[in-house]
Amino acid sequence: MKKSSLKGYLYLMPALIIILVFTAYPLIRVILMSFYEDYSIISGNHNGIGFANYKELFDDKVFLKALRNTGIYVVFVVPCSIVLSLLLAVLLNSKIRLKGFFQALFFLPYVTSVIAIGIVWSWIFNSNYGLLNYILGIFHIEGIPWLNSPDYALWALIIFSIWKSLAFDILIFLAGLQTISPDLYHAARVDSTPKRRVFFKITVPLLSPMITYAFVMGMINAFKVYNEVFSLFNGKAGPANSAITVVYYIYDKFYNSAEYGVAAAGAVVLFAIILGLTMFQMKLRGNKAEK
Amino acid sequence: MVKYIILIIGGIFTLLPFVWMISSSLKTGSEIVRIPLVLFPEYPQFNNYVMAWEAAPFARYMINTVLVSVLTTIGVLITTTLAAFAFSRLEFPGKKIVFSLLVATLMIPGEMLIITNFITITKLKWIDSYQALIVPWLSNVFYIYLLTQFFIQVPESLYLAAKVDKCSDFKYMVNIMVPINKNALVTIAILNFIGSWNSFMWPLLVTNSQNMRLLSNGLIRFQTEAGSSYELIMAASCILVMPIVLLYIFLRRHIIEGVVMGGIKG
Repeated sequence: MKKSSLKGYLYLMPALIIILVFTAYPLIRVILMSFYEDYSIISGNHNGIGFANYKELFDDKVFLKALRNTGIYVVFVVPCSIVLSLLLAVLLNSKIRLKGFFQALFFLPYVTSVIAIGIVWSWIFNSNYGLLNYILGIFHIEGIPWLNSPDYALWALIIFSIWKSLAFDILIFLAGLQTISPDLYHAARVDSTPKRRVFFKITVPLLSPMITYAFVMGMINAFKVYNEVFSLFNGKAGPANSAITVVYYIYDKFYNSAEYGVAAAGAVVLFAIILGLTMFQMKLRGNKAEK
Repeated sequence: MVKYIILIIGGIFTLLPFVWMISSSLKTGSEIVRIPLVLFPEYPQFNNYVMAWEAAPFARYMINTVLVSVLTTIGVLITTTLAAFAFSRLEFPGKKIVFSLLVATLMIPGEMLIITNFITITKLKWIDSYQALIVPWLSNVFYIYLLTQFFIQVPESLYLAAKVDKCSDFKYMVNIMVPINKNALVTIAILNFIGSWNSFMWPLLVTNSQNMRLLSNGLIRFQTEAGSSYELIMAASCILVMPIVLLYIFLRRHIIEGVVMGGIKG
């Protein structure tokens, strides 16, 4: 075994090269770039190191709006998705006909292209010919200019995202439900415990690691939302940037306005948020494991 | 009974966009903007698909998408198998540190790296090339982590027996480890293929010309160009969505297993 001591690296090399070039190096680069002042990517020159990019970032109302939007987004999308998918997962886990069919159906949004289905949603949200306003019309609710009004654009994004995130949450909860011992439910049945009580006293507590996981993942994904915005608003961030997100902002800064430093600072802030959430998630999981 | 009502309402909510996409894709130009809404087309216009396909170079987009998805998937399988084998069976200095560092990179959001990777690709003069679309995606830390967990579970005694028989490490990996873990590899292949098929932001950045575009980028372009011909846009969306839906129908078990593994372990 000793002889083959460097052989391991030979096997790792293909993966390591790609990771060094496209993950490790760009990570260091983007962090450095975020501190360069007046950086030019053509010449590679900069005027020293400082916090100018971060100052500009946090002085920019558009960035603050992106953060605010993400906050609103998290508050609505994550809990709605968790409650709905918990309900559906419990039903899908119970004795029902066509179980396989229903499970397959609910997971379909997860595998489909966000871009294509986002365009379909933009058609559903169309204020004149859209399906949603038609359905509202049946209930005598006046049509809503979902995508054309800054007051509603973010809500359209939220509805689309709830639809999109249900699939993953249902799957995670279904997997979690399968690890709960059926004995507990048997015991509850023998004692003829009411179903609601069984749900809140057995299912929810035992599923709490999964619920936390879905919660943190939901928040992480909220900070990365981009394709949904792009497809729903045909490349824009909604009317008057009303549905702008953090990643949309970063991308716009570097690709459309060529403000690389500010974009890099935004990316570092995104990294810090996601790192914080991931650490939090790992800490919770670690605590559970110790018990 | 209540169970089924909730499940059916949930099912309708989930399926509605798909149904609406297909229904709209078969309408005539006047049906799609008729008020009150036409729920289902009177005479399905299958010709819309032909028109959409010909209105933009979708054949070219399709070839590009298939090519990029297949090549990155093959590449990922190779680099992942080699790396997972090294981590699970070979001894080398710094193994634990390298593994921990790799796992730590899972916390880095890809969205953060796009700015600097874009600069790298520009400097390599790879803009608008297949290399730009494929090379950065030839390795995936999450799959390496996952496969290592599978490889570790294979009894060590098999490896020692192979060593006694003077079987080389590489032969052992190809002839024993790969077949034993076939299911895990298939799952990784499918997940990677779907991810690559649906990718959008990166290909949008690194390609300029019609010829290099993937389906998802082509579709966005087409949406702008086709204006209010929503029946054609819906047909084009179907073209992007349907291959994956078919793949999903046939390989559901592998896909769901893969996501659960990722969710629980990762």
